Amino acid sequence: MANGPVWVFAEVVDGRVAPGALELLTKARSLGAADVEAVCLGPGAREAVGELGRHGASTVYISIDAGFVELLMGGPGADTLAPLIATRKPELILFPGTHDGRDLAGRLAAKLDLPVIANGLDIETGAAITVTSTIFGVTQVVRTEFGERRPALALFRPKAFTASALPAGPAPRTVEVPAVIDERHRRARVVDRSTPVATGPALEEATVVVSGGRGLQEPANFELLHEVAGLLHGAVGASRAAVDAGWVPYSMQVGQTGKTVKPTVYIACGISGAMQHTVGMRGAQAIVAINRDPEAPIFKLADLGIVGDALTVLRQLRDELRSRSG
Amino acid sequence: MNVVVCVKLVPDPNTPGQLDPETHRLRRDLADAVLDPGDEFGVEAGLQLAEAHGGEVRVVSMGPERAVDAVRKALAMGATKGVLVCDDSLRGADALTTAKVLAAAIRREPYDLVITATESTDGYSGIVPQALAELLGVPAVTFASEMSSDGSLLTATRQTERGSETVVTGLPCVVAVTAGVNEPRYPTLRGIMGVKSKPLERLTPTDLGLAASVPTPTGQTVVSVTMAGQRQAGEVVRDDGDGAHRIVELLARLRVI
Ligand SMILES: Cc1cc2nc3c(=O)[nH]c(=O)nc-3n(C[C@H](O)[C@H](O)[C@H](O)COP(=O)(O)OP(=O)(O)OC[C@H]3O[C@@H](n4cnc5c(N)ncnc54)[C@H](O)[C@@H]3O)c2cc1C
Repeated sequence: MANGPVWVFAEVVDGRVAPGALELLTKARSLGAADVEAVCLGPGAREAVGELGRHGASTVYISIDAGFVELLMGGPGADTLAPLIATRKPELILFPGTHDGRDLAGRLAAKLDLPVIANGLDIETGAAITVTSTIFGVTQVVRTEFGERRPALALFRPKAFTASALPAGPAPRTVEVPAVIDERHRRARVVDRSTPVATGPALEEATVVVSGGRGLQEPANFELLHEVAGLLHGAVGASRAAVDAGWVPYSMQVGQTGKTVKPTVYIACGISGAMQHTVGMRGAQAIVAINRDPEAPIFKLADLGIVGDALTVLRQLRDELRSRSG
Repeated sequence: MNVVVCVKLVPDPNTPGQLDPETHRLRRDLADAVLDPGDEFGVEAGLQLAEAHGGEVRVVSMGPERAVDAVRKALAMGATKGVLVCDDSLRGADALTTAKVLAAAIRREPYDLVITATESTDGYSGIVPQALAELLGVPAVTFASEMSSDGSLLTATRQTERGSETVVTGLPCVVAVTAGVNEPRYPTLRGIMGVKSKPLERLTPTDLGLAASVPTPTGQTVVSVTMAGQRQAGEVVRDDGDGAHRIVELLARLRVI
C-alpha cells in the first residue's frame, strides 16, 4: 500500500463512539498503511478522541461545529473534508454503512469524483485495494478492485469486523479543522429529533434476537416477544410488515432497509422470510423460525424450524424458560 | 410542483437474478425484471405532490432497453412523461456514473423536487441519492419515511438508526424515500391504455453531453463474482406441543441459557 494514511469516519451517538468506527479502525490497523487516522465531526468529537486512539488512530481530525447536527451530515461533512483530503492525501477512507456514513460517502464521491464501493464485508490491500461486498440479498459475493484514483471510498456493513482495543499507548494527536459549510446546505435543517426509549440490550448488540412479523396478528402480542427476549437477555426485532402496520417503531426493523443483526440466535416468529428481511439476519449463528406455513421461505435458512402457531409456541417457551430460571 | 422520479429496472426480488461470471454483469435474461418495488413508493409520492400542488411528474431511468418497462409502469401509474438513458457504454455502470447520467437527464428541464428510493433492491449501494444531490447542487434528505410540502418548503421525517429526525428544507431538493412512505397505487386500465400517448424519450450519454465523462474511467472494476455460502436448511418439525422444548434445547446447546 502506498504512503498516504487510511482514514476512518467516526460517529458519536449519545456521547458514545458508534461501534462501526471502532470495528473499522481495528481493521485499518492490519492494512499496512503508514498511518491510521480518524475523522470525527460534531459537538461530541473532542470527547471521542481517546476511544478512537485506543482503537488505533494516531491522529484524530475533529470539527466541533454545531452545524453537523443542526444540519444534515452529508453536505457539510463533504465540504469540510474536501480541503483536508487535498492536503493530507489519504489513500483510502473507510465509512460505516450507517445513514450518515452513506450520505457523506455519496456526497464526497460526487464532489471529488471518487470511486465508492458500498456494503463491504472485507477489504484487502496489496498491489490494488480490493473490497468484498454482497449483492442480491447477500446471495452473491462480489470482489471489486479500485482503480488508481485516490482516495478510494469504501462503506462497510455493520459487524464486518470485530473491534479490539490496543494495549495502552500514547494519546492520539488531535487536529481541529475549521467547519466549511456552503450556504446551500443551510437550507435543510433538522428541527426535531425523537428517540424511542429502549430497555435491554441494543438490537445490533444482543446475543439473542426475538423478532416478530405480521404473523403475530396484533401489536399486543409483541409483549410476549418482550417477555421471551427479557428471559434470554435479548432484544426484540421486527419485520417491516410489523413496522408498517404501526405495531412497533422503525428502530426495531431488521432487514435491507432496517438493521443488520448477527446474534448467536435469531428467533423469527410469524415472519415469512422475504429476501429483504433475511439480508438483515442471515449472518446469525443459528436461526430458529416459528411459522404455521410449512412452505414459508424462512424455513430454507432456519437451523430449527417449528411449523405451528407462533403465539402458542412462544407462550410455552416463556413458561419453560421461567421454570428453568425460577 | 414539478417532480422528477428516478426509477430502475431490477430482477424480480422474489427470483433474484445472477451475475454473469464471464462479463461480471447482470444477466437480465435470467430473471423476470420489474420496476424496483422500492421505486413504486417514489412514484406514488411524486404523484401525490403533483396532484396537491399542480405540476407534472417526470420519470428518469438509466438501464438496458428493457428498462423501458419500468418507465412505462410509472407512466401507467400516472407520471406525465419518461426518459430512458440507454447505451452499451453504461453497462455495469457504478453508482457515481449512474448519478452523473441521472443528473444530466434531470437538468434538461426545470424541477422542484427529485425523488429516489433509498437504495435499489439489487445493488443497494444507497450512494446515488446523495451523489445526485451534490451534482445538482441541492440538499438531500435520505431515509424519508414521511414527507409533505406547502409548495415552497418540504418537511420530511428522516429515519435514523435510533429513531427519527424532522427535516425542513427549501426546494429544489432530492428526497430518498423508504419503502412504506405511502401505499403505491396500482395502474388503472385507463392508465395502462394511456401510456402509448405519453412522451417517452430515449437518450444516450452523447445526447446529454456526457460522452467524455462517463463511465468514470479510473473508477473500479469487478474482479470476481461468486455465490455466497448458502445457509443449509436445518430440521423442520411440526409443533406437537414440544416445539418450545426443542428451542430450549437448541438455546442450551448454544450456551445462551
Ligand atoms: C424496497 C423494500 C425494502 C424492504 N425492506 C425490508 C426490511 O428492511 N425488512 C423487512 O422485514 N422487510 C422489508 N421489506 C418487505 C419484505 O419484502 C416483506 O414484505 C416483509 O419482510 C414481510 O414481513 P412479514 O414476514 O412479517 O409478513 P408476511 O410476508 O405477511 O409473512 C407473515 C408470515 O406469518 C405467518 N403466520 C401467520 N400467522 C401465523 C401464526 N399464527 N403463527 C405463525 N406464523 C404465522 C405466515 O405464514 C407468513 O409466513 C422491504 C420491501 C421492499 C420493497
